[in-house]
Amino acid sequence: MELNKLTAHELIEKIDKEEITSQEIISSLEKRIKEVESKVKAYTKVSDLNLLCPTSNIKHPTSLLKGIPISIKDNICTESLNTECCSKILKGFKPPYDATVIKKLKEAGASIFFLKTNMDEFAFGSSTENSYFGPTQNPWDLECVPGGSSGGSAACVAADEAIWALGSDTGGSIRQPASFCAVVGLKPTYGRVSRYGLIAFASSLDQIGPITKDTRDNALLLNIIAGPDKNDSTSINTDVPDYTKSLGLDIKEIKIALPKEYFLSGLDPEIKDIINEAINKLKSLKADFKEVSLPHTEYAVAVYYIIATAEASSNLAKFDGVQYGYRAKGKLIDMYKKTRGEGFGEEAKRRIILGTFVLSHGYYDAYYLRALKVRTLLKQDFDEIFKEFDCIVTPTSPTSAFKIGEKIEDPLKMYLSDIYTISANLAGIPAISIPCGFTKKGLPVGLQILSKPFNEEMLFRVAYAYEQNTEWHKMKPKL
Amino acid sequence: MKYEPVIGLEVHVQLKTKTKAFCGCPTEFGKEPNSQACPVCLGFPGSLPVLNKAYLYYAIKTALALNCAIQEKHKFDRKNYFYPDLPKNYQISQYDLPLAKKGYLDIAIENKIKRIRINRVHMEEDAGKLIHQEDLSLLDFNRTGMPLLEIVTEPDINSPNEAYEYLTSLKNLLEYLDVSDCDMEKGSLRCDVNISLRPEGTSTLGIKTELKNMNSFKGVKDSLTFEIKRQQEILTEGGKLTQETRLWDDQSCSTLPMRLKEEAKDYRYFPEPDLPLFINDAKIIEEIKKTIPELPHQKLERFIKAYGLSESSSKILIANKKDAAFAEECINEWPDKDKRPVVNWLIGPLIFESNNRKCNISDLNIPGGTFELINLIKSTEDEKISNLTAKSVLSESLDTAKTPSQIIKEKNLEQVSDVENLNKIAQEVIKENARSVSDYKQGKDNAIMFLVGSMMKKSKGKANPKTAQEILREILNTD
Repeated sequence: MELNKLTAHELIEKIDKEEITSQEIISSLEKRIKEVESKVKAYTKVSDLNLLCPTSNIKHPTSLLKGIPISIKDNICTESLNTECCSKILKGFKPPYDATVIKKLKEAGASIFFLKTNMDEFAFGSSTENSYFGPTQNPWDLECVPGGSSGGSAACVAADEAIWALGSDTGGSIRQPASFCAVVGLKPTYGRVSRYGLIAFASSLDQIGPITKDTRDNALLLNIIAGPDKNDSTSINTDVPDYTKSLGLDIKEIKIALPKEYFLSGLDPEIKDIINEAINKLKSLKADFKEVSLPHTEYAVAVYYIIATAEASSNLAKFDGVQYGYRAKGKLIDMYKKTRGEGFGEEAKRRIILGTFVLSHGYYDAYYLRALKVRTLLKQDFDEIFKEFDCIVTPTSPTSAFKIGEKIEDPLKMYLSDIYTISANLAGIPAISIPCGFTKKGLPVGLQILSKPFNEEMLFRVAYAYEQNTEWHKMKPKL
Repeated sequence: MKYEPVIGLEVHVQLKTKTKAFCGCPTEFGKEPNSQACPVCLGFPGSLPVLNKAYLYYAIKTALALNCAIQEKHKFDRKNYFYPDLPKNYQISQYDLPLAKKGYLDIAIENKIKRIRINRVHMEEDAGKLIHQEDLSLLDFNRTGMPLLEIVTEPDINSPNEAYEYLTSLKNLLEYLDVSDCDMEKGSLRCDVNISLRPEGTSTLGIKTELKNMNSFKGVKDSLTFEIKRQQEILTEGGKLTQETRLWDDQSCSTLPMRLKEEAKDYRYFPEPDLPLFINDAKIIEEIKKTIPELPHQKLERFIKAYGLSESSSKILIANKKDAAFAEECINEWPDKDKRPVVNWLIGPLIFESNNRKCNISDLNIPGGTFELINLIKSTEDEKISNLTAKSVLSESLDTAKTPSQIIKEKNLEQVSDVENLNKIAQEVIKENARSVSDYKQGKDNAIMFLVGSMMKKSKGKANPKTAQEILREILNTD
C-alpha cells in the first residue's frame, strides 16, 4: 500500500487500528520524494532524506495526529530549521522559536517535516517562479506553474510527496495554487489563525491555512491551528468549533450568491463552463442560487497592490544584514544597499519600491488613504450580501495553470491571476478552493466558496457536500 | 529691535514598567548588553508586538495628571527609517491618533503662575544603543522596545528659565506619579527643543531650530541661552536663519549644525497593522484617575493653607515626594499650632545635613526617628539647649547613630536657666570685665553682648543666653 497517497484522516484510522506506524508513512514519503521530487521541485532543497522529520516527534501513538508528518511553507518559522522565505536575503536563517501554528501542531502530535515547501520569494507572486531556489513544476503538467505563492505546498500534496501542508494566503496564495493543483486550500477568516511566526508579507491580509487532499483533512487541520493567541494582537478571541461537525450536513436551501463581476470577459470560457457545471451540481443538491453584484470588485486588484506593497515595504525593512541572513561587505550605508540590492529578487524590489512610493509624503492621501477607503467599501459589499446569503461561489482563478515563463515578464498579467481571490483578503472573510474539474488539456480547475467572517463551517459544509457527489479530489497526476 | 524667544519642548520619558512596551523582556537598567532582548524586541522575522497593559495604564495616568483629554480612540503607527539601533527599521509610535491631547502644566515663574499648554502625549518604543569604538560600533538592544512617553508642549515657553522651570515641574510631577525614574543620565528622561525668535510684540513664528543632545536641565537652559544669542546676532545683522537641527556640545558650550530641513527624512508613517485600534474605556480611565496621588501643586497649596507655611518654604518641602511626606509627618507630630519652628528646622539644619550627606532629608535616618527630632527642636523652643548646640547634636547624632537625647544627656548639654546659678556667674563676669561694664553704662548697649558671651564661655555654653542677658541688665541697671 502506498501510504503517502492517503489522507491524514485515513492514516489516523489505520494507526488507530495498529495496521501501520507513523514511521512507515515517513518511509513511503521518502520513497515518493526520491521518485518525483526532481521533477516537481516542491521543496526548497532535498539533501538528506533520512532527516525528513525529527524522530522525537514520531512517537505519539496516543496523540491526535499520531506522528503524521506535515510539510510547512518556507515563510512559517520552525525552530532551528531553515526558514528563508525562498530569498537569498534570509539565507541560512534558523528561527530561534516556533510559530504558534507549529507549536500547536507539535502539541497535537504532528511530525514537522524538515524540508520546507517552495514559494515565491516572501510570497510575492502567483506562480512560485520568484523563488531563490528556482521554480516548482505543476505535477499535472511539468511545463506549467503550480500557482503561488504557496506553490510548493500545493504541489507536494498533489504529488503525494506530503500528506498535507500549511500555506499562507495574502491575496490568494493558498487558493490559487490549490486550484491549479487539484487540492483543497483554505484561507481562514483574518484573525482565526495566529500569525505569530509567519514572516509577514502584508500584516493586515496574511493568514496561514491548510492545503489538503480533501475537505475532511482541511477541517481537521483547521481544528488544530485555529484559535486566539496572546502573542498575536490581531488574532480574535472567539471559540473554535469542531469543524469536522459541519461535514455531512446537507445543503438544502442554503442560499448561494453568484456575483456577476466574477463571470465577465476575463474568465476563460472553458473554466466558465466547468464552474457552471459545478454550480449545477450544487443546484441538484437543492442549494438556492441567485445572481448578485459586488460593485467594487473592479477596484480590488488596485487596492490590494497599494495596501499589500505599502505594508510589505515596511515589513521587509528589517532585512538589512545587521542581525541575520545575508550580509554584503561594506560600510553601513553601503552594506545596507548592497545587502538589499543583492539579497532581494526582482519582484521583491518592485514591491518594496511600489510600497515606499505609495506611503511617501505627498502621495499617501492619493494612494494609501484612498485605498483604505475603497477597502472599507469592498467590505461593505460583502456585508450586504451576507445579510441575505450563506455563501458566495466563484471560480478561484480566471485561468488554469499557465506555462512556466509565460507571465513572469509581465507583472500586471501576473497580478490579474489573483483577481478572484484578493477580495476575500481585503474583506477579511474566509474562502476555500476545492477541485471541480479539469480542462481538455488535463489541468485542474478550482471552485471558490466564500462566507462571512468566522463561518468556515459553511465553507466546509458546502465543499464536503460537493465533494461527496464528485470524484475530482480523488484524481491523481501521472508522474 | 528686541526679539522674543518662542520655545517648545519635546520630552521623552521612559516609564518604569516591569517589562518592555511590546514584549515580556525585563526593563532593568545596566544589565549585560543584549541580555534583555527577545525575538519581539529584536524584530525577528515572524514576531509580533503585543501592547503591555501596564504601559498603557502609566501613560493614561500621566496624561491625566497633565490635564490632557484622553482620546476616545488611539492607534499605533510605524515610523520608517533605517538605523542600526532600530532592529525592525521602523519604530512603533503614534502619529495622527495619539493617546491624549490638549493638556497643560502650570509653572511658577517670577512669583507668577504661567500655564504651559501640552499639545499631545503619545506612546512609542525606544531604540537600542550604539556604542562607538575606534574602528567598530557595537549594538546593545537592552533598551530596544522600552516604553516611552513623548510629551510635546505648545510654543508657550519664552525664556531659558521658563524651560528650566517647566522641566523641573514636569520631573517633579512624574516622580509624584511614580511612573518614571526621570534620570537624565540613564536616559530615562530626554528633551529636544524647538526655538525661534520673533520681534517682540508680534505673533508670527520665525524660522525654528531644533536642538538635541542636551544631557541635563542645565544643558537645556544653556543651549537655549546660546541659541537665542546666536539667532539674535544673525537677525540683528540682517541675516537669514535656516531651518535646521543643531546639536548641543557640552564641551564648547555651543550648538553645532547637524542637518538642514531639506535633508529631513520622510518617515512614511502608516497605521501599524500588527496592533488593533484601541478604544479607551471611560470606566477604566475613571479608575486610573482615582489612583493619581496628591500632585505637587496641590500639596503646595495645602501646605500653605493647612500649616500656614510660606510659599517659599513649602516649595522647598514639596520638591521631592518622599521629603514632602517626611516633612508632613514632622509637622503633624509638632505639638504646637505654630508650625514655624519645625519648618525652619526642616528647611534649615535638615537640608544642610542632607546636602552634606548628599541625600534627601527623608533618607537621613535620624536615630530615634521623628520622635527624637521633634524633641530636639522642642528643647530649643523651651530653651533647654541653644539652637547652635542643637544643630551640632543633630550632626553628631547622624555621625554616631546615637539619639540626640542620649548625646545631650551624656554631654550634659542642657542649658542652665536657674537664676541663682546664673547670678553668680554674672557677678564674676562683671568683676572681670570692667571696661565693658563702663561701656554699657555709658550707653553702648552692644557691650552687653560681650558680657553675655563671657557668661556662655564660663558656663561652657550651657547658659541660657536670654536669661543671662536679663540677669546682667538687672544687675547693671540697678547698680
